[in-house]
Amino acid sequence: MFVLVEMVDTVRIPPWQFERKLNDSIAEELNKKLANKVVYNVGLCICLFDITKLEDAYVFPGDGASHTKVHFRYVVFHPFLDEILIGKIKGCSPEGVHVSLGFFDDILIPPESLQQPAKFDEAEQVWVWEYETEEGAHDLYMDTGEEIRFRVVDESFVDTSPTGPSSAEATSSSEELPKKEAPYTLMVGSISEPGLGLLSWWTSS
Amino acid sequence: MDVKDANSALLSNYEVFQLLTDLKEQRKESGKNKHSSGQQNLNTITYETLKYISKTPCRHQSPEIVREFLTAMKSHKLTKAEKLQLLNHRPMTAVEIQLMVEESEERLTEEQIEALLHTVTSILPAGPEAEQKKNTDDVAMDEEDPA
Repeated sequence: MFVLVEMVDTVRIPPWQFERKLNDSIAEELNKKLANKVVYNVGLCICLFDITKLEDAYVFPGDGASHTKVHFRYVVFHPFLDEILIGKIKGCSPEGVHVSLGFFDDILIPPESLQQPAKFDEAEQVWVWEYETEEGAHDLYMDTGEEIRFRVVDESFVDTSPTGPSSAEATSSSEELPKKEAPYTLMVGSISEPGLGLLSWWTSS
Repeated sequence: MDVKDANSALLSNYEVFQLLTDLKEQRKESGKNKHSSGQQNLNTITYETLKYISKTPCRHQSPEIVREFLTAMKSHKLTKAEKLQLLNHRPMTAVEIQLMVEESEERLTEEQIEALLHTVTSILPAGPEAEQKKNTDDVAMDEEDPA
């Protein structure tokens, strides 16, 4: 689920923090910059693991702050392909089932990946798995708050950096507000394999 | 900012749990600047991640248990990713093993799957709910036993 990513960056320490130990200031600045943020094509950054190398710090003309090039390792949430994860159902919509891990919310199970046959109950806004046995059909509801086991099959990173001014001139003022896209979404593979789906479906009493 | 290596190492949930608890202790001791706006993101992510990991069986592990688990796993010839998933999820049924180990029907016979399950459940400590369930199961078994 979590990987270690090696990164290099230049950290600026303002003069009023010079009395603190350099390592502490740098750790704080790095966490301020990266924690809980998605780095494009890398994943969701959690926290600093360690600092591997500190190069010489420079003070540039015109700016009293010191600039230090830092080599460090960061803990990043980036599940590998086909990894099994357990999350909670956040809600259902016609696009599919939304699952959350608490710290990471953009996990979507598209309707094709649900156990077949599945249908969307409009009245209750939940997806239902119509499970057929000899006794008859059981309707298994995918309720909000239920724990669900799923396999990660695809991920998509979207670059949400702001667009430049030239494109803003071209668009007319009557356009709607830009859609808020999630920078990092996980697409879930089928949960129709044995063992996947709501945990309550598989715990035998 | 440059990313030198986007995949330099895999971390188990236990290692991240350890790291975040130590970080929390450190920040509690230093006190004053926890609530500055810059630190809010770090606070949020550490709180949520800790909450998530605390509900998995990883919270009862220790470095010795992980080492013991990995040495026991050597004989089963599993890939690193599969061993990591077994360590993080602590499967208790054959169905879960089939999910985490690719092509398990071809690579492992039924006895091997049983042996794997036994190694996992004996070396890795269970979460609190599993312990409770085990205790009620044991009590039920004692009642059935006529001796």
